[in-house]
Amino acid sequence: MDTTTGVITSSGDLAFSRPRENSLALRLAGDWTIGKVIPSPEEVQKQVDSGQPLQRITFDTNELGSWDSVLITFLLKVFDQCSKRQIDVDRSGLPEGVRRLLDLAAAVPEKKDARKMALREPFLVQVGKAGMDIARQVTGMTTFLGEATIAFGRFLVGKAKFRRTDLWLTLQQCGADALPIVSLISFLVGLILAFVGAVQLALFGAQIYIANLVGIAMAREMGAIMTAIIMAGRTGAAFAAQIGTMQVNEEVDALTTMGISPMEFLVLPRMLALILMMPLLCLYSDLVGILGGFVVGTGMFDISFTQYMGQTKASLNLTQFGIGVFKSAIYGVVVAITGCLRGMECGRSASAVGDAATSAVVTSIVLIIVLDGIFAVVTNIIGI
Amino acid sequence: MNNKEPHITVHDLTMAYGDFVLMRDLNFSVNRGDIFIVMGGSGCGKSTLMRIMVGLKSPAKGQVYYGDVSFWETSPEQQEQIIQNVGILYQSGALWSSMTLAENIALPLEQYTDLSPSQIGEIVSLKLSLVGLAGFEEFYPSEISGGMKKRAGLARAMALDPDILFFDEPSAGLDPISARLLDDLIKELSESLGATIVVVTHELASIFAIGNNSVFLDVDSRTMIASGDPKELVANPPDPKVHRFLTRGEDKEAAK
Repeated sequence: MDTTTGVITSSGDLAFSRPRENSLALRLAGDWTIGKVIPSPEEVQKQVDSGQPLQRITFDTNELGSWDSVLITFLLKVFDQCSKRQIDVDRSGLPEGVRRLLDLAAAVPEKKDARKMALREPFLVQVGKAGMDIARQVTGMTTFLGEATIAFGRFLVGKAKFRRTDLWLTLQQCGADALPIVSLISFLVGLILAFVGAVQLALFGAQIYIANLVGIAMAREMGAIMTAIIMAGRTGAAFAAQIGTMQVNEEVDALTTMGISPMEFLVLPRMLALILMMPLLCLYSDLVGILGGFVVGTGMFDISFTQYMGQTKASLNLTQFGIGVFKSAIYGVVVAITGCLRGMECGRSASAVGDAATSAVVTSIVLIIVLDGIFAVVTNIIGI
Repeated sequence: MNNKEPHITVHDLTMAYGDFVLMRDLNFSVNRGDIFIVMGGSGCGKSTLMRIMVGLKSPAKGQVYYGDVSFWETSPEQQEQIIQNVGILYQSGALWSSMTLAENIALPLEQYTDLSPSQIGEIVSLKLSLVGLAGFEEFYPSEISGGMKKRAGLARAMALDPDILFFDEPSAGLDPISARLLDDLIKELSESLGATIVVVTHELASIFAIGNNSVFLDVDSRTMIASGDPKELVANPPDPKVHRFLTRGEDKEAAK
């Protein structure tokens, strides 16, 4: 009995014949390469399942053209089916290269426990793990804050070891270099505040109070908040990335094993720089914001220069500025500490540096907003 | 070798990351003046062992003795004193990238000595010329090649004339000639300074060229399976795995 059925495709051809009752010959022809249409191993399965039970499969590859991994995977699937049905495979008909690749693929058996199992943990375990994770983060942050405080104390008594040039460089980076962006953002914030307020105040003919609105909002809140957020995105992320890269390059290890405290050498100058520069930037931002309000007030709502200035002066006192400046110093600490903390926690790969920078920005902005809420409540209670 | 006194002793050491035990029951001594090799396959914990020995990571169990002092049980002041006597060459050189080579080498000197800036400058030039980098004082780490970074890292490790030098994979990423030159330099330093040297590596050529004592960490059994002079280990391997490692697996059948 010699029944021949064929599957004709554009390139990889597969034909079957039964030279004997219990054996099947696979004739492979054409090109079996990636991108060409290849017969499915299921065709073989159909042949195997139809007719008499098989004991043996042979191959004929005299007309086989070029081949690559596609052929190997096809054969591996066929072999797998055969071994399940306890059919012998005679590989002698296959090209030498194919046989060697098949041997190589089977040389080292699959390591069963190597594959990661997608274990779904019970809900309570997940909750517990998340809780422990939060506890660990809080501990890490508190420890870091404590170490930073000790380093600051050592600086105050003149014992801290760091390079003065590092401090000057950081002062410049997070002070003078930040002026353009702080100018732009503060000016626009003043402008927007004036616009939003003026439309409402004009209903009552009280446009002149734009000056109060912009002055108080900038001095108490917006100056501090906007500089803090700019610095979180600009400087906090940079701190995390700088220190994170130093972790990856083992530079932090090198400091530690030289007996130089990374806390004093890396974190302290950055912290000092931000504590010193933030209040200055905040004051600057207040003034630029007021200028923004002034442009809207005088340019669009017919308030005269002297009127606007007089109204602004009358509405503001040192306390308003003091609150903003004090808050900005605190936000400076927050931005510096979170930036450095995320950098020090950084893992030892390039992608970890990116994660550290992102996480530094997110954490500091969240902390800044939360702290600002607390400040608002506290100042309200003590009545300033 | 046995008449020498032990300089660093690792006793009953277990190292772990969280619950995952990397190596257990490590016991060996590094004698004064040895070039001691820590070898083993990739990922077996050689570098972690070094981090524990130099005080960067605490062991899960066991001790590291420097002389008679147990590093992980002594006071922070004494730890600092021990660590001052240890120089480390990290895998990537780990030069501080914001500083010039001269500043990199000068930093430990400024930290621990009262030398004047001009004296420090002289020492910096000397150390750089010892590693063949004379004249590169004002270069930044990003401006020099990988091999030069390693040598500059070595100059920094030697800044305080330490008694003990650690090398983490000194020949990794170097071309054969640079690697060979670094090996020669290590040997030269050992002979001229009399320093104790610990080298973490899996480079066979280096192991045989410089090592006179060693420990072999095995990733499967998670402990050390051999110790001694590498040349003797290859002649009389105590374990087929050691033989296979030291002969680059050429004798596959013997290992099975």
